[in-house]
Amino acid sequence: MTAKENLVIESKGSGQPFNYAVGMYGSKFFKELRENRKLLGTKCPKCGKVYVPPRRVCGECFVEMTEFVEVGPKGIIGTFTILRYAFIDPETGEQKPVPYGYGFIRFDGADTLFQHYISIEDESKIKIGARVEPVFSEERKGNVKDILCFKIIE
Amino acid sequence: MPKKRVAIVGTGQTYHKSHRPDVNGQELINEAVKRALQDADLTIKDIDAVVIGNMDHFEGINYVDCWSVDGSGGIMKPVIKLTTGGTTGSTLAIGGYQLVASGFFEKVLIIGWEKNSESDTTGAITTAFDPVWDRLVFAGAISGLAAEAQAYMAKYGATEKDAARVSVRDRKHACNNPHAQLRREITIEDVLASPMLADPIHLLDVCPRTDGACAVIMANEDCAGKITAVPDWIWATANRHKYTYLGDVNWGELDSLAGASREIYAKAGIREPKKEIDVIELYQPYSFAGIIWIEDLGIAERGKGAEYIWSGATDMGGELPINPSGGVIACNPIGATGLIRCAEAALQVMGKAEARQVPDVNFAISTGFGGCMWSDMLLHGKRKPDF
Repeated sequence: MTAKENLVIESKGSGQPFNYAVGMYGSKFFKELRENRKLLGTKCPKCGKVYVPPRRVCGECFVEMTEFVEVGPKGIIGTFTILRYAFIDPETGEQKPVPYGYGFIRFDGADTLFQHYISIEDESKIKIGARVEPVFSEERKGNVKDILCFKIIE
Repeated sequence: MPKKRVAIVGTGQTYHKSHRPDVNGQELINEAVKRALQDADLTIKDIDAVVIGNMDHFEGINYVDCWSVDGSGGIMKPVIKLTTGGTTGSTLAIGGYQLVASGFFEKVLIIGWEKNSESDTTGAITTAFDPVWDRLVFAGAISGLAAEAQAYMAKYGATEKDAARVSVRDRKHACNNPHAQLRREITIEDVLASPMLADPIHLLDVCPRTDGACAVIMANEDCAGKITAVPDWIWATANRHKYTYLGDVNWGELDSLAGASREIYAKAGIREPKKEIDVIELYQPYSFAGIIWIEDLGIAERGKGAEYIWSGATDMGGELPINPSGGVIACNPIGATGLIRCAEAALQVMGKAEARQVPDVNFAISTGFGGCMWSDMLLHGKRKPDF
């Protein structure tokens, strides 16, 4: 890494006085996502569990993980909800656009679930176990919004 | 092992409402403290230390341990704050227990409170979750609970109607509790016809937002019996955490509650909780938890929670009444909620629960639940523990 890059938490036009570190593992995930549309997890050397988002420590085994593995990009809906009530998004101070699909996605090859939007064009297809794939943003900045949402695939 | 055995000797609650503009935080706290002291027939001079807590980012006012001392009675006494999310109230109880059990303090005043009307609860809860990985889609407590309900329904075939039966039970029970916020009976049809907030959770499946405070006085075995004829002995406490991110959760089972309950049962020698426990005050923030979490407690077999609820066993007069107070669905001043479960369990053991009293309570359980699916638990008993 040649230059220091900051992860930007966007709040529409407003700045927020927070500077969160995502760590080396988080940085690697976002770099691969931005540049190669690839998704990475880390694998526990003891129990073999694959964690997404990647992290340094397997909490159950309390050992350091060093092996990165590529997961997805396709997967299944592990669980989900469809948010219908209006609430203020503390990230923006504005009302979150509802309804939206809130998915917990199990990427192929991963053991934990990755949280993101699910497209709810056809609500009848939003079910646990349904196959999904990510819709990548054309202009990627190296954050979780580089995936726009997940959509159901037949 | 505890150095001293510990009992609850007095409790006090405010009259909880959705909005208490007549008092500020400190005055609300004082209401509960005065009632607890009165209940135990003690004065503030008798109190050796104060444990207090709420979700301070809910009101956007930090350090309640400092600014509340006029109302809490903490002036020139040791005061500590505990804040652990939804479990704040139950953690306060466990923390207070440990202070007395350690032998360092004889009588401790424990206070939980919240003025949810002064904040945006969903926004505040969201700030408790990871800004990078959780917050994009997370929408407060209801979104995570909805994910749990969906996973459980897909696995075991439970229905929205099954969950509605739990709301109907708790709202009926709440009519017996003068401290509950929502004291009107509802029907299964009312629940199913109420607005869908996050599939499959309807408005009447979830807890309200409440202003309220609760205070509990714990004393050690040297003085508990002198303060009150029937103390509520704390037999055991347990606390479990399991996850970092919401995507790590084993959705559909509450592993933390299962773990906490097994520790409690082992400590107290309880083999058949359904028969040996007489009443449960369950921190149950939504109806589906009333089905799922009794399985984690070992009260119903996996997938059989709904059947047990429909049998009426958890209603007043049933085999194992759950939430005689009306529970969290009828009243939820968040930082006080877990401590109210503890206080209500104590009232049951002490025989002071009035219209909501379950007869002949020897053992009661109170629980707390929070954030990334973690759990607290206390076992209350009429008899002094053997250990």
